[in-house]
Amino acid sequence: MRNDKSPNIPRTEPIMSATFTPAVNAEIRRAAATGIYDIRGGGAKRRVPHFDDLLFLGASMSRYPLEGYRERCNTSVSLGTRYAQNPIELDIPITIAGMSFGALSGPAKEALGRGALAAGTSTTTGDGGMTPEERDQSSKLVYQYLPSRYGMNPDDLRKADAIEMVVGQGAKPGGGGMLLGQKISDRVAEMRTLPKGIDQRSACRHPDWTGPDDLEIKILELREITGWKVPIYVKVGATRPYFDTTLAVKAGADVVVIDGMQGGTAATQDVFIEHVGLPTLACIRPAVKALQDLGLHREVQLVVSGGIRNGADVAKAMALGADAVAIGTAALIALGDNDPKWEADYQKLGTTAGAYDDWHEGQDPAGITTQDPDLMARFDPVEGGRRLRNYLKVMTLEAQTIARACGKNDLRNLEPEDLCALTIEAAAMAGVPLAGTSWVPGTSGDIT
Amino acid sequence: MMQTFDLEAEGLRALNTALQAQTRETNQTSWQVLNPKGAHAVAVGLDAPIDVQVKGSTGYYCGGMNKQATIRVAGSVGPGAAENMMSGRIIVEGDASQYAGATGHGGMLVIKGNAASRCGISMKGIDIVVHGNIGHMSAFMAQSGTLVVCGDAGDALGDSLYEARLFVRGSVQSLGADCVEKDMRPEHIELLRGLLEAGECDAKPEEFKRYGSARKLYNFDIDNAGDY
Repeated sequence: MRNDKSPNIPRTEPIMSATFTPAVNAEIRRAAATGIYDIRGGGAKRRVPHFDDLLFLGASMSRYPLEGYRERCNTSVSLGTRYAQNPIELDIPITIAGMSFGALSGPAKEALGRGALAAGTSTTTGDGGMTPEERDQSSKLVYQYLPSRYGMNPDDLRKADAIEMVVGQGAKPGGGGMLLGQKISDRVAEMRTLPKGIDQRSACRHPDWTGPDDLEIKILELREITGWKVPIYVKVGATRPYFDTTLAVKAGADVVVIDGMQGGTAATQDVFIEHVGLPTLACIRPAVKALQDLGLHREVQLVVSGGIRNGADVAKAMALGADAVAIGTAALIALGDNDPKWEADYQKLGTTAGAYDDWHEGQDPAGITTQDPDLMARFDPVEGGRRLRNYLKVMTLEAQTIARACGKNDLRNLEPEDLCALTIEAAAMAGVPLAGTSWVPGTSGDIT
Repeated sequence: MMQTFDLEAEGLRALNTALQAQTRETNQTSWQVLNPKGAHAVAVGLDAPIDVQVKGSTGYYCGGMNKQATIRVAGSVGPGAAENMMSGRIIVEGDASQYAGATGHGGMLVIKGNAASRCGISMKGIDIVVHGNIGHMSAFMAQSGTLVVCGDAGDALGDSLYEARLFVRGSVQSLGADCVEKDMRPEHIELLRGLLEAGECDAKPEEFKRYGSARKLYNFDIDNAGDY
């Protein structure tokens, strides 16, 4: 702005920088005041190409739809058919992702189990071990095998219906976990063999194997201990999906789980969440191609997670080749997290419903991401389970609606040909044509 | 009566199935495993008070997640021996590769030779007695239990240590972040005496130094950021 005060000279408007936005400036001021990076929960909040950038084409002159309220559309899927004696049989292809007891309260874990059981799907433990609440309620429980090995023991391992070897997660590929002292209650401390009240770090890499050759032997050990009965998943954060999928399969995975950068975490650095890893949309086709190149697509199942919100997202992920999806953040919202009915409490914490992400601080007004007894008492696990069941049912019905419109009698019959993209970026990432064209950007190069 | 199992002839799955089938009431309490020839995952997931003698060296994860059993290896072991052990005893007559006793929750691991790097990494209650030396980054993020080293320790011993207790008789090349030397009090001498005896070692407890956590990194403090 010019300093000339003459009223006859037009003045320039104050212009806010597109680079130094109010949010950026606020973070600079916060960093300058505290000397520590921002830690928060959740996944990437920035806009990235996502399933919203895809559309289904539906039936037309050349495609034959199925009757919505009459003709069947299968939603069941088996996970772990490659080596396991007892694959996981799911009624719906939407699973509950790993979220730890510690990050979540015991009643919240119980609610996840109740909702999943009622909907016919699986839940997943998380760092910190297996709780009786979740094991008792969930008929299909996936036990995460994590670098920290908090609460890891062979008895729980053998109680699991599947084992998920966690190599990484989408919110922080290459990063470990953090549970701040205020959430380390007596019970959490005991389960993790740590003193109460300390900041507890979860390691970023496994303590007893390094690389895919070691992992192959590690998986052998886990199979020997569990009698080759249960499936072994390998979960990776979305970074190099073609090669990671190939190596996971080489190491012996029954199921590969790929978690995009919109996938949540209980707590890590904001800079990590927003700047490391790939959008979910970008990792499905390379992972599917890896399975196809190995001749193992559908024999080794692919589960995709990170920002799945509704039946359309489920259908789109499956049309791109996934066998199932996993939800975390969406499940918490279904339970009641970030519900506007707690707005007054969110305001007291300096935030608002929908934006609350300081899950690590243990002050969750909804009583879900906390170990505070008073806050936990706000949450009813039976009601939470009912809400989650309803939500899962709705997502499934939505996905079926789309599949029938595309003429498919099984969600897994959806295919990339059913899709087009609204943006060039999404078209390139999903490997489908830009809407109204036959152009698939990026197909001249290697999809890896 | 000694049960003899030829691993080369009968295979790993059959071995682990047979050993895992033993219960607290079993009368087949004595086993020997012939021809291990560096096999991985030998005698893993056991949960019975049986004695297993492995006649030779093994590969990765020997005795992994052991409960109750006593496993004696007449040879050396590969990476991750006794990983996540819950209880019982594993005695290695030779050397151990990386990650010996990793994340162990209980029981005792005895290594009569040397142990490579990251011995006792993330240990959660196990007791480890090493007659020889240990490699770098041993007891990294060790939470609970006791590591006894009769020889020397490599670089960065006890880095990011929690509440595990470390005793070293020889030299320590360097201590890791937040690991400090501490006083040897009478109760430590007594603790060490018992562990050495149980670990089939005739070293004198008075010859050891004790190391533990300074507990400065337990809660994040920006002024300690340079230590990480």
